Amino acid sequence: MQRNYYQEQIETMPPEQLRALQSEKLVKQVKHVYDHVPYYRDLMDQKGVRPEDIHGVEDLHKLPFLTKNDLRDTYPYGMLAVPLADCVRIQSTSGTTGKRVIAYYTQHDIDLWEDCCARAIMAAGGTREDVVQVCYGYGLFTGGPGLNGGSHKVGSLTLPMSSGNTERQIQFMMDLKATILCCTPSYAAYLGESLKERGYKPQDNALKAGIFGAEPWTEEMRRDIEKSLGIKAYDIYGLTETSGPGVAFECEEQKGMHINEDHFIAEIIDPDTGEVLPEGSRGELVFTSLDKEAFPLLRYRTRDICVLSRKKCSCGRTHVRMSKPMGRSDDMMIIRGVNVFPSQIETVLLNEGYAPNYRIEVDRVNNSDTLDVYVELTPDQFSDTVSAITAKERALAGAIKTMLGINPVVHLVPPKSIERSEGKAVRVVDKRKLHD
Amino acid sequence: MSIRQLTVFVENRRGCLAGITDLLAKNSIDLRALSIADTKDFGILRLIVSDSEKALSVLRESGVLVQITEVIGVKLSDRPGELSAVLAALDRAGINVEYLYAFLTRTEQNAYVVLRVEDNEIATGILAKAGFCPVGEEDLKAL
Repeated sequence: MQRNYYQEQIETMPPEQLRALQSEKLVKQVKHVYDHVPYYRDLMDQKGVRPEDIHGVEDLHKLPFLTKNDLRDTYPYGMLAVPLADCVRIQSTSGTTGKRVIAYYTQHDIDLWEDCCARAIMAAGGTREDVVQVCYGYGLFTGGPGLNGGSHKVGSLTLPMSSGNTERQIQFMMDLKATILCCTPSYAAYLGESLKERGYKPQDNALKAGIFGAEPWTEEMRRDIEKSLGIKAYDIYGLTETSGPGVAFECEEQKGMHINEDHFIAEIIDPDTGEVLPEGSRGELVFTSLDKEAFPLLRYRTRDICVLSRKKCSCGRTHVRMSKPMGRSDDMMIIRGVNVFPSQIETVLLNEGYAPNYRIEVDRVNNSDTLDVYVELTPDQFSDTVSAITAKERALAGAIKTMLGINPVVHLVPPKSIERSEGKAVRVVDKRKLHD
Repeated sequence: MSIRQLTVFVENRRGCLAGITDLLAKNSIDLRALSIADTKDFGILRLIVSDSEKALSVLRESGVLVQITEVIGVKLSDRPGELSAVLAALDRAGINVEYLYAFLTRTEQNAYVVLRVEDNEIATGILAKAGFCPVGEEDLKAL
């Protein structure tokens, strides 16, 4: 079978060689940070770790962690490791969970980020013959610029659509015969719906693959998107703090995302104790950049909960695979003492034949948490009697109870009445005033 | 001999019902009869209209969740006890009525009842045999 790699030698490097490469880069990266980022130097000094204590990957655990709070505290320049004059770009987080984080890039940093995205596009079957429609947002958000850059590196024709304007997205998709779609999974699902509404069948478009990320999605949602667009849907992972999308990406196996280990070391830790957990354990994902100039982060805690696997992959890539994040600690709600991830509710909806358009409302009434789930009724499930519809509500509530262990109140609402997102979907409204 | 009823899912929210009736009015669709079943969250609006096909497409186009439900109709004399007699006849035959609603006309001395039952043909047959006068869509159009 024809293999499709962007940087074959690195992507298929034997594990021992890869680890040696990481060790060599890590020593340099730690020294670079220690010399140029006073904030992290202080953290290392407090822990009594010196750059010369780090001889390789085996010493990584000696380094202190960084969290999003550290990045907020050092806003806007505190983590910068090169003179501003050497930087050519910034990108920024959306700031939805607090103060924005600004990431800086030298040209070298942009190049390595775009290389990562190029690997992702080629792993999804992309070549210079392809037409890549990028409908991630362009601007401060890393999604658009990252995939745009990756697509250029592959040599594909790039459609820099940015997010929104569905009418125009569909027109370009059909008229220019886009073959690879890059956007959030919720927007991909929405495009699938919109195409259907306009009378297009899945085989009417020229798409063969989609690269979807930037928000949590489930296997069920993948199957839905694959069916509605007639494509193979690939997951991509990344975060602004480490560069952007492309830190990890799926190959044709669709069983976890290969982390670009020549640029990032991944660890899984116990989120409570910070202890490094063995391969195969579920825990918080931590990244250490290996060759970034402007914004190098050592042991950055992502808050994403996942599992790493070094099992050999049939695609030939040797880089470790991470599971789809099972949730984020920022996403996780504690309702009546139970940990609840929106993705669990989404799984139930898709299994029960509903569209993944929902809104979760959490509130506290008389000191007790309430969970209300609003779900769109589909034409197939509509009925002319109240009893039939309330029976559906009860059945869905029962299925959610089985999954979560707590009883929700399900409200079926008309189709299209839940706001569609063209970027990241806002699916959870927590009305509890837990902190005054 | 059945009647096409429009069944519309409406949110229990201010303005929702008016939005639907406005839409029908703007398209010159006349309402013959209507009933609504409501819960805290939603309502099910059931309509008999002058042109069900047109109403269906108008509502669908504007994104309203609507379907056609086949119901039956029966014409009754407008006097006490008539509806009870209809229900008794159906009951004797073991036929459940899911819901029903009635309407009067301006010109006739009759009342009309719309019934939702499991099997329209059987129920219509029973009503006819019991001496009642089942009506179809065409009969209502003529009113």
